Amino acid sequence: MARIQIITIIVDALFIAYISRLIIKNKLREEYAIIWCVCTVLLVVFSIWRDGLAVMSRLFGVYEPPNLVFTAFIFAILVYLLHLSVVNSKLQRNITGLSQELALLKEKLNRLEKDKK
Amino acid sequence: MPLVLDGLQQLELPPVYQLKVLVVNDGSTDRTEAVALAHRVTVLNLPINLGIGGAVQTGFKYAAENYLDLAIQLDGDGQHPPRELIKLINAYEQTGANVVIGSRFIDRKGFQSSVMRRSGISYFHWLNRLFAGVSVYDSTSGFRLFDKKALQFAADNYPDEYPEPESLVLFAKTGLTVKEVPVVMSRRLGGRSSIGKTASLYYMLKVTIAMFFSSIRKI
Repeated sequence: MARIQIITIIVDALFIAYISRLIIKNKLREEYAIIWCVCTVLLVVFSIWRDGLAVMSRLFGVYEPPNLVFTAFIFAILVYLLHLSVVNSKLQRNITGLSQELALLKEKLNRLEKDKK
Repeated sequence: MPLVLDGLQQLELPPVYQLKVLVVNDGSTDRTEAVALAHRVTVLNLPINLGIGGAVQTGFKYAAENYLDLAIQLDGDGQHPPRELIKLINAYEQTGANVVIGSRFIDRKGFQSSVMRRSGISYFHWLNRLFAGVSVYDSTSGFRLFDKKALQFAADNYPDEYPEPESLVLFAKTGLTVKEVPVVMSRRLGGRSSIGKTASLYYMLKVTIAMFFSSIRKI
């Protein structure tokens, strides 16, 4: 096994351990963890299977194997960014709704307390 | 704002109406709340800054929750003189429209804003005709009257950022009728516009996109 394979496998193992730790400590929701786990598994597969990249490139009709890596990863990153924007928009909408509700409730509470006195 | 509140409280409305003044404090840390309380009006304090759309919508929610018949939205910076409010009510009584908008550009009286802004606003007029099929000249005006039906709708559906032109598309889509009446606006007495020079390009773009998608969105 080539040196680079050993290095990437070790790095991947560490990465998976870190993600697991985050999930265990409740710092990462499972829905986001899935994509990270899938990514690391892919990395592990390709570090063990050295010819895999060349095989995949031929399959997709890409001349230079590294180009396949860049294209695939950039696409994956774009999709994930879009997903994060969607999540962010939802959070923002939720926060807006919550603060509006909070303001209305506070006013109501003030009014009721005044009436009581 | 104190002058606006004074003006509102000295207003003489037809006796069938009872005026209730509501101040929405969109996360200001200045004396907004104290001034409003000193005038003995209702204040809604938002815990964080939501921006104009979210803040105005809070007002609609309040009006809808408290079963108010009409709500009139006006700026706190003195651009919309309280005495002009009667014109909106009169227009509502005459036409029965769901939404009445106070417009600077029908009689061309009072503060008219800068050339740049006016050309932007006429672009929105064109967009509104395109997407909503309504012809509103001052679509960015935030001096508006809402009836019960419009309030119920706006309490649940109101755009976030730069909401005025876009909301007209939504109103037209739900079948609310919109009328415009001439009012006289003034220069703002205090504060700064939320739309700076570089932001205006973003504003145009955002509103264009938002209006387009609002027009094809199902409500």
